Amino acid sequence: MSSAIAQTRSPSEEGTQVDRPSWSDETFEVLKEFNIRQVAYLPDGALAPLIAKCSQNPDMVATALTTEEEGVMLVAGAWLGGDRSAMLIQCGGVGNCVNMFSLLSVCTIPCVMVVTMRGVWGEFNPWQVPMGKATRGCFELFDFSILDLTDQDSTAETMRAACQLAYGAGRKVVVLVSQRMLGAKVFKE
Amino acid sequence: MVAQKDNEQRLDRRWVVGKLLENRGDALVIAGVGSTVWDTAAVGDSPLTFPLWNAMGAAAMVGLGLALAQPKRPVLVVTGDGEIIMQMSALSTIAAKRPDNLSIVVMDNEVYQETGGQPTHTGMGTNLAAVAKGCGFESASIVSTEDEVEKLAGAVFARRGLLLAQVKIGRQKAPRVMPPRDGSYLKDRFRGAVLGERAFK
Repeated sequence: MSSAIAQTRSPSEEGTQVDRPSWSDETFEVLKEFNIRQVAYLPDGALAPLIAKCSQNPDMVATALTTEEEGVMLVAGAWLGGDRSAMLIQCGGVGNCVNMFSLLSVCTIPCVMVVTMRGVWGEFNPWQVPMGKATRGCFELFDFSILDLTDQDSTAETMRAACQLAYGAGRKVVVLVSQRMLGAKVFKE
Repeated sequence: MVAQKDNEQRLDRRWVVGKLLENRGDALVIAGVGSTVWDTAAVGDSPLTFPLWNAMGAAAMVGLGLALAQPKRPVLVVTGDGEIIMQMSALSTIAAKRPDNLSIVVMDNEVYQETGGQPTHTGMGTNLAAVAKGCGFESASIVSTEDEVEKLAGAVFARRGLLLAQVKIGRQKAPRVMPPRDGSYLKDRFRGAVLGERAFK
């Protein structure tokens, strides 16, 4: 790729509020609090710090996927063996998962997904837009509980609500992490 | 490549699965959609067998999640060639984690038996054992004789490292023996057998 890529910083990561925990830190703490043991992921710029924390934690087993639907299958297997799990992916791969969501539906397997959004706020790359627009619909099609994380201050309570819905109420849950909150990716020549 | 054998000379699928599960003990078994679901039911249904009635392609990755959750127990995935090639890159994912308690046996008849016997890609040149080896499986082989099946039966539950065996079987249809099919029931049955009371807390 010829163009350099930079990530814009979200407002709270620059300027006056440098001491408050990032959304990654707060999400990680909630995952620990709920005894999430297996974490399935695909790399993503916005998810990178959270993925790194989970991968380095000795109480978690982090699995790098080659394609997103593998994570849905892994979640099912983990639950069969007694592990709670979370999937960390970018919305560009949600469509890959749709067929496999039937496995969670037919077996009533709880699931927590954290999905970072692209293509919906200040996007530069048109190729990200169709899947970004379709993401919510994919989850609605398969009866997920959908929670929106739109400001960093709500991170812990949103992630707790998601984990409680999944591992208390037995639901399939997704947290859509707002592109406005994360900051749109900037492409530079 | 193994030499092509006449269909009649190839291994009988029910005999192979029976031999593999003969001494399963409390091992955990995942059966992939299609004929391997009927095979595992025919040789003796068990709460510790989880049959996938659909979710084609999922068997190997479900096996990985289970093997990582239960690292002290042997996990065997029994599935078909058509099923596993639907998610072949899962072999990369699995080999990267390399759980020593996971074995995958592919019952390879080179056709999609359930939809009328159309050829699969293993009959068109794909060597799954070579793919698995290339992904990093510690053991990966093509099995085509009864002696090799006997050896395989001794290896699949030994927890001696990540294993894939591509067992060349005949295309004869075996009687359809069906396990229960309610997904929630099968999941609860399996979790109850593995985890006891903890499954429902």
